[in-house]
Amino acid sequence: MTEPEVRQAVLDIIERIAPDEELGDINDAEPIREQVDLDSMDFLDIVMELRKIYGVEVPEEDYVELSTLERSVAYLSPRMQDKELAAKV
Amino acid sequence: MNEDFDTLIIGAGMSGLAAGIRLAYFGQRVLLVERHSIIGGLNSFYRLRGRDHDVGLHAVTNYVPKGTKGKPLTKLLRQLRISWDELDLCPQLVSSVAFPGRRLRFSNDFSLFHEEVAREFPHQADDFAKLVTLIRDHDELDLSQKATSARAVIGDVLSDPTLIDMLFCPLCYYGSALEHDMDWNQFVIMFKSIFFEGFARPRRGVRHIIKLLSQRFKKNGGILRTKCGVERLDVKDGRVASVTLDNGDVVNAERILSSAGLAETLRLCGKEPTGDDEQPGQISFMESISVLDRLPSDLGHDETITFFCSSDRFNYRVPEGLSDPTSGVICSPNNYAYDEPLDEGIMRVTTQARFDRWDAMEEPGYVAAKHACYEASLDEVVKFVPDFRPNVVDVDIFTPRTIKKFTGHDNGAVYGAPHKRLDGRTHLENLFLCGTDQGFLGIVGAVLSGISMANLHLLKS
Ligand SMILES: Cc1cc2nc3c(=O)[nH]c(=O)nc-3n(C[C@H](O)[C@H](O)[C@H](O)COP(=O)(O)OP(=O)(O)OC[C@H]3O[C@@H](n4cnc5c(N)ncnc54)[C@H](O)[C@@H]3O)c2cc1C
Repeated sequence: MTEPEVRQAVLDIIERIAPDEELGDINDAEPIREQVDLDSMDFLDIVMELRKIYGVEVPEEDYVELSTLERSVAYLSPRMQDKELAAKV
Repeated sequence: MNEDFDTLIIGAGMSGLAAGIRLAYFGQRVLLVERHSIIGGLNSFYRLRGRDHDVGLHAVTNYVPKGTKGKPLTKLLRQLRISWDELDLCPQLVSSVAFPGRRLRFSNDFSLFHEEVAREFPHQADDFAKLVTLIRDHDELDLSQKATSARAVIGDVLSDPTLIDMLFCPLCYYGSALEHDMDWNQFVIMFKSIFFEGFARPRRGVRHIIKLLSQRFKKNGGILRTKCGVERLDVKDGRVASVTLDNGDVVNAERILSSAGLAETLRLCGKEPTGDDEQPGQISFMESISVLDRLPSDLGHDETITFFCSSDRFNYRVPEGLSDPTSGVICSPNNYAYDEPLDEGIMRVTTQARFDRWDAMEEPGYVAAKHACYEASLDEVVKFVPDFRPNVVDVDIFTPRTIKKFTGHDNGAVYGAPHKRLDGRTHLENLFLCGTDQGFLGIVGAVLSGISMANLHLLKS
């Protein structure tokens, strides 16, 4: 997966969890939770979806790495290199 | 036959189904077993003399309009990956709390209720505003809090006993396992779910919700078995080692989640519930469903739910006799904002009832007693709504005995044990509780209970 694809993968997951949220003009450098209404249960679900769809484990101490889209892409790209972007559901 | 699962869930009521959806979604092998032939538990459905009836479901509480953020209903939909539209909810028209000479109307817009309290109880208007702030600021989701008497908290803020009773009446009926009082946290949960948020119903009633949940569970890969009760949980070294079903089959599961109730679950483990904090609840109801020859609105009745009390003081307790007709809940499932009206007019009446009295009765006295209690309840009910008695074409009545028979809950208890296990833990390391005895009540509550217990105990890797 390329970096833009990893970004898309994260956005697709957020859309799965919060289909009612507008994700079009999200700013990659700003905290996701300041732009999208996600509570702590929703945030944990991002981690769970990453495991479910891509088999990537994000340990609790690394949750801050998912705070912005930019950081998520940096953190996840090496871990998702050899994965294919999953089809949207 | 021997089978292996990650999680076995006891009971396909709202809480078991919701937990199952989460677990199966995240790839667990889940077996959901239900003793009854029909799923839904305390909120199931049945067919009688050609008509579809719901067991519970007067109203789905916690209704908020589509797009509202951060509320229980929105949270649970997200957690289950169900879209708002799939629930097909239609909002209520208007409801009320009706006492002798007093009526407080409320709708899904809280300002109506606030104005009504100020109009009926002008001397309490400021204090009521303080109470509203107190409720708004309370964090009811904190699972670590201790039980506090709601009567004590309210008594510090309000002084008019009738107003206090008029607040307790709807909140007790829609979610208290305690007699006379409520836990303050539960009071806040119920107040928010009924007054700050509101009521709605899918046009097809509970069938729609149950079908949605069970289909989602199966789509996610879960296995549902009906007419499949758990006979016992075989305990070894502080764990449930295996599960024996009513038909003798043995199933292995890493973890067990039970919605059967604490006392009932302990007995499955061969342990008598002897502790004070292990006792089953006592609060149960009888319910009548009257089918009318016209719509309630044709009789001038526009209220969705009417919580009534015809005596001076509101009593919430196990009655001395078979039932207590002097307070209860009147529900007209017709009075929701549907696109198309329901085919027939229905009036449902719930009153408090006593399990042991009903349980001791023999046929045909049982049937006669049901009808006598029904007539007595309607004598009170028509003090608050138009007299629909001449228009009744069919009626079905169920009692605490019916509830026990179809859900297995001791005493036909609707809201479970008075002592809740908010963290869902039991004396065994791989056995957890969800549903009424964990502590979140009602349809939305039970679904949230299943979700939160699944998240807390069963989805950790
Ligand atoms: C008359 C009535 C009206 C109601 N009205 C409303 C309303 O208008 N709005 C609202 O929000 N709530 C209402 N409720 C409350 C709501 O129905 C319940 O709070 C909710 O359904 C509880 O779900 P649960 O999953 O906790 O428990 P349950 O539904 O009781 O689920 C437990 C399940 O476990 C099964 N079981 C038990 N033992 C075993 C065993 N050994 N093996 C296999 N299966 C077993 C039972 O058969 C049952 O299906 C009403 C309830 C009643 C009775």
